[in-house]
Formats: sequence, structure tokens, C-alpha cells
Amino acid sequence: MVEGSRLTHGLRKIIGTISGPAIFKVEEGAIQRYAQAIDDPNPVFNDIEYAQNSQHGRLICPPGFTGWPVKGEHPVINIISAITRADASLRLVDGGVEYEFLHHIGAGDILIAIAKVIDITERETKAGKSLFINVGTTFTNQNSAVVLNVISTFIGL
Amino acid sequence: MPYKSINVGSEIPTLTKVATTRMLVQWAGATGDFNPLHYEDDFAKAMMLGSPIVHGALKRAWLGQLITDWIGEQGELKKLSCRYRGMDYPRKMKTMEEPHEGETWLCKGKVIKKYIEDNNVIVECEIWVENGKGEKTTQGSAVVSFK
Repeated sequence: MVEGSRLTHGLRKIIGTISGPAIFKVEEGAIQRYAQAIDDPNPVFNDIEYAQNSQHGRLICPPGFTGWPVKGEHPVINIISAITRADASLRLVDGGVEYEFLHHIGAGDILIAIAKVIDITERETKAGKSLFINVGTTFTNQNSAVVLNVISTFIGL
Repeated sequence: MPYKSINVGSEIPTLTKVATTRMLVQWAGATGDFNPLHYEDDFAKAMMLGSPIVHGALKRAWLGQLITDWIGEQGELKKLSCRYRGMDYPRKMKTMEEPHEGETWLCKGKVIKKYIEDNNVIVECEIWVENGKGEKTTQGSAVVSFK
């Protein structure tokens, strides 16, 4: 470890850590509540009858919504816990997200989510030496199709 | 929205949003993000933020709607990314339904690339959320595909 570096040995050991699987269930009411929360009236997210008659045949999720976990926590939560155990002084903030949408997610889907710490790097920022932690999460549906890949970035201040 | 009319430089129709304390409560309930940073005054002050802030992920969801409203059923959203550049503070509620006067956020975007790939028309966009002062507090990109 370079002197003054925040990338401790304990944090380096977390790179490559895998968390999960967690099981997510996608339900109509949850999709509707999500759409209402962001004030999105799109009927494919809100109107069950409209959605059933659409090309999708069911309510589909607004981008980024993956239902609720019914077994296990979101795997990213376990990774964040591991990071804060390795360095309790770190204050983690949401640094952003990248989504790759492969198939629509919709009502009735059962998703399996697995997350992995891709890398942890250190950079000089306005706040001083900061850590950038990239976590990749893959969501696979009940047909074994990967439906969504997510890269979440957390900044450790 | 016929994709043939989309060109590099085309602007995505602006989506207007008003973040209220009520919306933040609904978002927390709909997603399970109960971080007190977004509803507890004292906690937000202790974190040096002054008062509760809008969830970054909520702004990301607005950008998702910006794109899905634009492409309708003709297109498919393939990628979406965003980074949070600034804090946003919600309007407080005046009545059960109405917020106090205050800030309005504008979700915007423009096309930066258009090309053919595997017989699909691919359009790449820059997208962002502007606060009431015109500052870009959330910036990102989107890739959409049209058959």
C-alpha cells in the first residue's frame, strides 16, 4: 500500500468479491407504485389491461426497476457492508450507475441477482484522496436469460 | 415519433419534474431506499447537507422516463447511465396535494450519434437534469435502438 493511500490491504481483498444470489419478484402493484412515485403515467407501466393488449402482453418495468427481493437482500448491500467493515472511516456516496438492458422486465418475472466488486481505484478529487468502487450486478430471469447488467459506482470519501 | 426524423443534434422533448417531500416519501416506499438523508432534517444537517436531498436514483428514473416517453413503442432503450453532479432539494408540501412554490427541474437530452448496426438504427444521446438555476445536477447518456 502506498503511504497515504486509502486503498488499504483490507479493501484490496474485497476486489472480486461476489455477493448473492438474491431472488427478486416482479409484481404488478410494485410496478405501478414505482411509476406513480416518479409521476410517470405511461400506461405500459400503470394500466394492466392496456399493457396486456400491448406488444409486451403484461405490465413492464420502468427502466431500472427490478421488483423487490423476496429471498436475500440486494447483493450490493452486502458488498457495501463488507466495504464499511474493511474501513469504517469511509463515507460512501452514490457515484452513479450504468444500465445495459437486454430484455424487458415485467410482471411475473422472477429474477436472480448476483453482484461482484469489479475494481476499487483511488483518485485525487476536490474532496482529497477518494476511492471509486465499481460493483457489477447481473439479473437473470426465470428462463435463464440475462435481462439486465448494472454497474454501480460508489465514491468513498 | 418517427425515428427517420431524428438526426444528430435533434433535441429530446423536455420532461418537467417537481421534486417534493411527498415524492421522496413515495420513492422511498416504492424502492426501499429509506436512507434518512432524504427525509430526516437533523440527519441531513449532520451530514453537512443542510436539509434532506432528492435521491440520485430518483433523478436517474426521471431520465429513464425522458427516453421512454420519447421513443414510445417504436424504440428500445438499450443503455442508460448517469452521474450525480449536484445536490437537489425538494419542495415542501403546502397542502395534502400541492407543494409550496419553488424549484422546477427540467430533464433534457440531445442526439449525438446515429448509425446502423445489425439492421437496427442506433441513436446515442446525452441526457441531463437541470435545476431551477439551469445547472446540470445529473448528467448521463442513453443508447436506443429502432428496428
